[in-house]
Amino acid sequence: MKQKSEVLIIGGGIIGCATAYYLTKKGVDVTVLEGSDFIGNGGSSRNGGGVRQSGRDPRELPMAMWGIRNLWPGLSEELGADVEYVQEGNLRLGKTEKHKEILTGLTDAAVSCGLEVKMIDEDTVKEINPHLSDEVTSASWCPTDGHANPMAATLAFYRKARELGAQFYTGVPVSELRTVRGRVREAVTPDGIFEADKILVAAGYGSRAIAGTVGIDVPMTERKAECIVTEAQPRMFEQMLGTADADFYGHQTAHGSFVFGGMSGFEAFMENDGTTTSTSYGASCTCRGIMKYFPELASAKIVRTWAGWIDACADGVPVMSRVEEVPGLYLACAFSGHGFGIGPAAGYNLAELIADGETTVDLTPFRYDRFKPVI
Amino acid sequence: MMNDRSRDIGPFVPAPDDDMIVCRCEEITKGEIRRAVHDGMYTVTEIRRWLRAGMGLCQGQTCSKLVKGIAARELGISPALLEPASSRAPMRPTEMKVLGREEGACA
Repeated sequence: MKQKSEVLIIGGGIIGCATAYYLTKKGVDVTVLEGSDFIGNGGSSRNGGGVRQSGRDPRELPMAMWGIRNLWPGLSEELGADVEYVQEGNLRLGKTEKHKEILTGLTDAAVSCGLEVKMIDEDTVKEINPHLSDEVTSASWCPTDGHANPMAATLAFYRKARELGAQFYTGVPVSELRTVRGRVREAVTPDGIFEADKILVAAGYGSRAIAGTVGIDVPMTERKAECIVTEAQPRMFEQMLGTADADFYGHQTAHGSFVFGGMSGFEAFMENDGTTTSTSYGASCTCRGIMKYFPELASAKIVRTWAGWIDACADGVPVMSRVEEVPGLYLACAFSGHGFGIGPAAGYNLAELIADGETTVDLTPFRYDRFKPVI
Repeated sequence: MMNDRSRDIGPFVPAPDDDMIVCRCEEITKGEIRRAVHDGMYTVTEIRRWLRAGMGLCQGQTCSKLVKGIAARELGISPALLEPASSRAPMRPTEMKVLGREEGACA
């Protein structure tokens, strides 16, 4: 077992794996500790696969746009595995006047950040996706958005980083960080102490307790996300979909199945019992939501359901930052359900931050100390 | 339990039955499963997420034991040490219009 390295990454999700890959590519000696028994077991393999810019907070948009321009199109080739990236646009659908207002607001904000996104009318929506029901009356359209396979992408980063020499250990939960002479140095686990010159905490909501052991807190909560998967269907459409109401999202995968996420409205009030069990009502209400948009899917069979936990930040924007009070400590958490799409860009820039101190995309909007009381 | 993903499990050696289909729903071969283990997929869950073995119509009810046995042999450990992948609802493929029904009996 290798217990000393230049950089220790706590968390083997897409953020940890991508950062490990870009660091090892720079020749940095990296160890990754994953608390669960599996790589990519949190939000990284429990999300709808969206690789999108539209609808994102203006603080997060430059990172999302940079990743889509510079990393996603070549990712399969770079990692030597098909991550099923499809860039066929994102439709955010509306059924009412109120939805149209919400969509117009989101669109205006994104356009002012330089994103190519526009409002389209009923007829244009139907031209792009003829399967939609007549209830859809408006949509925002972002042609450069898309989707990919979260499990394949996360494991492809892992595989490549491992191949380049990064050390991965699963089933090793970190209970505490310790400082030595004013710098973070040690991570305490049931299998002993792991040491490193620099430590990145990228453990989803678990980051909160870990960073808390050196006095750092990121305001976030856990929110359940649930998805349903259909059996393979004939090809229907290639776009990523969402709605103004955010009541469902999803796409048809390369495999042919549809993956749809949906909301019941109770997500913010569920307590984490330590499992990722689907609720008894989640899949049913997602089915009802989807059938209103896609009547022809009423006979499609659901083959499985799954759920996960989102590390939802107080302001809905991730934290990716060096921690000033604890030299050597870096945070990448609170991705708020957006971590998959910006995962590669986040990993690339975090590797730069850790190895070089300078990043291609400005990380200032993601600082850990941006949260201030309202009065 | 700690699982060192860089421990030496020996090289991948091609075998004559590598073309044998193990997951019939997704048409995943024994060779692909063995290859995945050498690529670092040391658990049944990761093999499933990486290859789709056990993600088809039967949700692994046919092949999960076989996948487990192949992975265990490749890792040089007892199959008893490998956790099966999670079983997921519904038990049988169920139409959206049935699963989405709020009340009343199924027609």
